[in-house]
Amino acid sequence: MSSGDTLLKVEGLSTYYGSVAALNGISFEVKEKQVVTLLGSNGAGKSTTLKTISGLIAPSAGKVTFCGEDITKMPAHEIVMRGLVHLPEGRHIFKDLTVKENLELGAYILKDKHELKRRLKRVYERFPILRKRRRQPGGTLSGGEQQMLAFGRGLMMGPKLLLMDEPSMGIAPLIVRDITNIIKNLHEEGTTILLVEQNAKMALGLADYGYVLDIGSIVLEGNGADLRKDEKVVKAYLGG
Amino acid sequence: MFSTWELILQQLVNGLILGSFYALIALGYSMVYGIIKLLNFAHGDIYMTGAFVCLTVFGALSRAVAGWPGIILSIVAAMFLAGILGYLTQRFAYRPVLGAPRLSLLITAIGVSLVIYNAVMVITNSQPLFFVSGLDNSAGIQVGNITITYIQMILLVVSSVLMIGLTLFIGRTMIGKAMRAIAMDQDTCRLMGINVNKIIGLTFVIGSALAAIAGGMACVYYGNVQFNMGYTMGIKAFTAAVIGGIGSIPGAMLGGILLGLLEAIGTQFLGSSWKDVFAFGLLILILILRPNGLLGRSVVERM
Repeated sequence: MSSGDTLLKVEGLSTYYGSVAALNGISFEVKEKQVVTLLGSNGAGKSTTLKTISGLIAPSAGKVTFCGEDITKMPAHEIVMRGLVHLPEGRHIFKDLTVKENLELGAYILKDKHELKRRLKRVYERFPILRKRRRQPGGTLSGGEQQMLAFGRGLMMGPKLLLMDEPSMGIAPLIVRDITNIIKNLHEEGTTILLVEQNAKMALGLADYGYVLDIGSIVLEGNGADLRKDEKVVKAYLGG
Repeated sequence: MFSTWELILQQLVNGLILGSFYALIALGYSMVYGIIKLLNFAHGDIYMTGAFVCLTVFGALSRAVAGWPGIILSIVAAMFLAGILGYLTQRFAYRPVLGAPRLSLLITAIGVSLVIYNAVMVITNSQPLFFVSGLDNSAGIQVGNITITYIQMILLVVSSVLMIGLTLFIGRTMIGKAMRAIAMDQDTCRLMGINVNKIIGLTFVIGSALAAIAGGMACVYYGNVQFNMGYTMGIKAFTAAVIGGIGSIPGAMLGGILLGLLEAIGTQFLGSSWKDVFAFGLLILILILRPNGLLGRSVVERM
């Protein structure tokens, strides 16, 4: 697949919680090597979108295509095997497991133990603090360290596409800059990223392309640079 | 004549054996509770079923393979069939109600227990069956006035090996790590490619197989099998799991052994009809002091 090909395509996706529609037939796409962001206020349907794509929630209508394959009805654990990795909101570290065990579980789908060691080494090189804390239970890490662990665990899966849900949530402002840099580095290395953020400033600073979600529908889309200048976006999300 | 100390030591040996039974069964309770928060009241009946399969297979084999080889084969068959039974209860009774309120799950477990219990009662016509192993149950080592039979030693070795093996399995293997992770956060496990239903099924299979080994050991040790043998054993093992800290694997082992020893001491000092009063009285005391059980813990968390 050459650069610029569509990696993820979402068409007319609708998701219901009981009889309440959380998503109303949204469509968007993520091209290879892009960072695409989904913006929106609380309850706009951002997390629901990611959960539906990764198979945690079943959609009531629409289609999700990843690398040309229809994954709409595939169970979550099979979607991961195709390289679509979802880092959920709130980091979801296994608190009683050690840092190392958390990372090892990231490579659960990997059968090759040498590859597991290679990936573990690379994660430790990228996040030296995780190597230092490898024997500690994940629950004893600080918020920022837990986010590093969540990233590291995601990278253990060998992602083609990373879905990130609010990586800056609950993180000290100084550390948010580190997180921004990590995402930037991943992007430069060629990882494709779909980023959901309430911190629109951070997200638009990183994104090649963005979509604005409001009450389950996409109301605006455009290049990252254009959205940063868009009056409505500035007013609603950038505190202009 | 026996001195008091010799009697106590002899009782402790007996208590250790009894405790091994409790521990092996408590492990299944604790593993299942840990992973899906279900008090599987049918677990005692799985133990009873294991004992029946063992007895039946041993009877069928008796002309061809007798003694220990026959016993081992029968226990393997019991593990296999009890494992399947445990998986089936999970697949068809518990999985459909996993999303329902916890009480529905509990009632389902009681229902499953009654089904197995009554089925075996009908099949055996409510009669106890006798397991004639042909082994010498009194042969053993004599230290002073204390006897440890060879059968007791084998039971202790077998249950120790099983407990060490299970601890290593849960602690070291990827599947063991996945089991612990599922206990904490199922959705995140799915996102990491873990087939949660498969691992839950496997947990039932392992727990049931352990109970079946205990059932097979009961055949050899007690020599008889009855449809209601799982009831008391189930309650006791459940108690052991709670004392140790339900959900904790080492806790189940510790709780089982402790309960066995307490009962033995109670028997020694108060007589067998008071042993439960003594043991459970102390257990209530333990729970007042440590409501999460001896090894039940709450990890310090930071956000």
